[in-house]
Amino acid sequence: MPDSKLIEIIQAGPLVTVQDLGRYGSRHQGVSRAGALDGLSLRIANRLVGNADDAAGLEMLFGNTRIRFLKEIWFALAGCECFATLNGKPVHLGWTKRARAGDELFINMPRNGLCAYLAFDGGIVVPVLMSSRATDVQGGFGGWQGRKLQNGDLLPIGKKNPKQLKTRGVLLPVLNQVVRVLAGPEAEQFEPSVQDAFFSQGWKITADSNRMGFRLEGDTLHRRESGDLLSHGVFPGTIQVPPNGQPIILAAEAQATGGYPRIASVIQSDLWKLGQLRPGAFVHFEKVSLTEAVQAKQQQQLYLTRISLALSAKT
Amino acid sequence: MKKESVQIYWVNEQAITIQAPAPVSLEQQQRMWALGASFQARDGITEIVPGMNNLTLAFDESRVDGECLMHELQQGWCTINVSAQSGRLVEIPVRYGGEWGPDLADIAAHTGLNVDEIIRIHSEAEYTVFFIGFQPGFAYLGGMPVELTTPRRSSPRQAVPAGSVAIGGAQTGIYPKTSPGGWQILGHTDVVLFDPSRDEPSLWMPGDRVKFVVTEVAHA
Repeated sequence: MPDSKLIEIIQAGPLVTVQDLGRYGSRHQGVSRAGALDGLSLRIANRLVGNADDAAGLEMLFGNTRIRFLKEIWFALAGCECFATLNGKPVHLGWTKRARAGDELFINMPRNGLCAYLAFDGGIVVPVLMSSRATDVQGGFGGWQGRKLQNGDLLPIGKKNPKQLKTRGVLLPVLNQVVRVLAGPEAEQFEPSVQDAFFSQGWKITADSNRMGFRLEGDTLHRRESGDLLSHGVFPGTIQVPPNGQPIILAAEAQATGGYPRIASVIQSDLWKLGQLRPGAFVHFEKVSLTEAVQAKQQQQLYLTRISLALSAKT
Repeated sequence: MKKESVQIYWVNEQAITIQAPAPVSLEQQQRMWALGASFQARDGITEIVPGMNNLTLAFDESRVDGECLMHELQQGWCTINVSAQSGRLVEIPVRYGGEWGPDLADIAAHTGLNVDEIIRIHSEAEYTVFFIGFQPGFAYLGGMPVELTTPRRSSPRQAVPAGSVAIGGAQTGIYPKTSPGGWQILGHTDVVLFDPSRDEPSLWMPGDRVKFVVTEVAHA
């Protein structure tokens, strides 16, 4: 592909990685899903620039990232509430924007939330490994050379889509700290009063959280039963309670199997919120039923469909 | 075996686990693998993850009805044909002791066996890959002789080198990549357990049989 190297990382923030919607079908080999912590924002950004939902973009934790475009290209930014500029002029979240060769985009530290997502018309075309372009930071594979991005990295962007893009915007989902969960398989191993404590308090996100999991700090959750569980499958969104009684929400890069009791599980349509839980913030859990979880997913699908309809409307 | 005593439960709205009663047995594990394999080609199934005495299926809930899947798992558990075929035999060349096995003396002190006995017992046994988890390519092996059981180190190491062959409690395993860990290291292998660029990145699959082959023994 001629002129394939199209963007340059001038200043990489604390954790900038190439991500898509993650790796499926390899968990039996111990491989994590990886992919965007906030997959919804990446999806929206991709739709804005006319990409397929699973095209690879950039995930930036804590902003502080500067990118230079080496060729004209459309892009869209979504995710955390952050201030961004293109050659010093503000760039709005949830809008398509055209950058010209030489333009510089700066994504500032977020005011609220954690992860910002940048999608480029054509997507980042790193090799597909185990059916995904996602970076597995722990595993050291996938994405761009299996690692977080550094200053000077040059990333190849795929072929522009043939559609003519225009400056357009969509209403982004509102960040909030309430995450809906289903009762976990071992919820009953906690006294009802302990289960209540889980739902009634705000849990602080600790600083040692990472793409594997978000560690929470709050009142200790005592388990009624002791004894180890047999290792079982776990997923992003599974909330484990290790013996110290401080829960962990497994995130995108969670290991495939675990052995701690699972008090709850984040519903699929709220998984995106995990990407916006920053250290020091508080998260609250709201219990929902299986039916409500399925309905929530359908509502999210409807929202995404509306976005696509709005973007394809002629004006 | 009481086939009806399995438990089937939701992990989340798109994953279901079937759990067989304790104790863990190779027979139950084989049944889980066969059950998992029967869903291999099924549309809408996104992950098939064997665990210890359990099997988890993840699915796209817009294409698969969870309640039906639970029913099918229950039925399948009772009726699945567990063929006697065994997995591939994977041989792992191991250098035991010395700098390759810094905890061999501790294992000896705990088990009351001498170093040569430990190496002999560890390498004569045949193991079975029960499932893979914890890290890409990390196999939970069944079949370690009970006399080798040694508790984990009281303080874990910051970095256990990739390829370390170790014992943790009643289990033995190999670290696929350098990582923190508390298992007692008795040897080292150069075999690459996980390579994402291979067609099958993991060296082994659940059901494979494993033998440790002594290539070198260093006495401290």
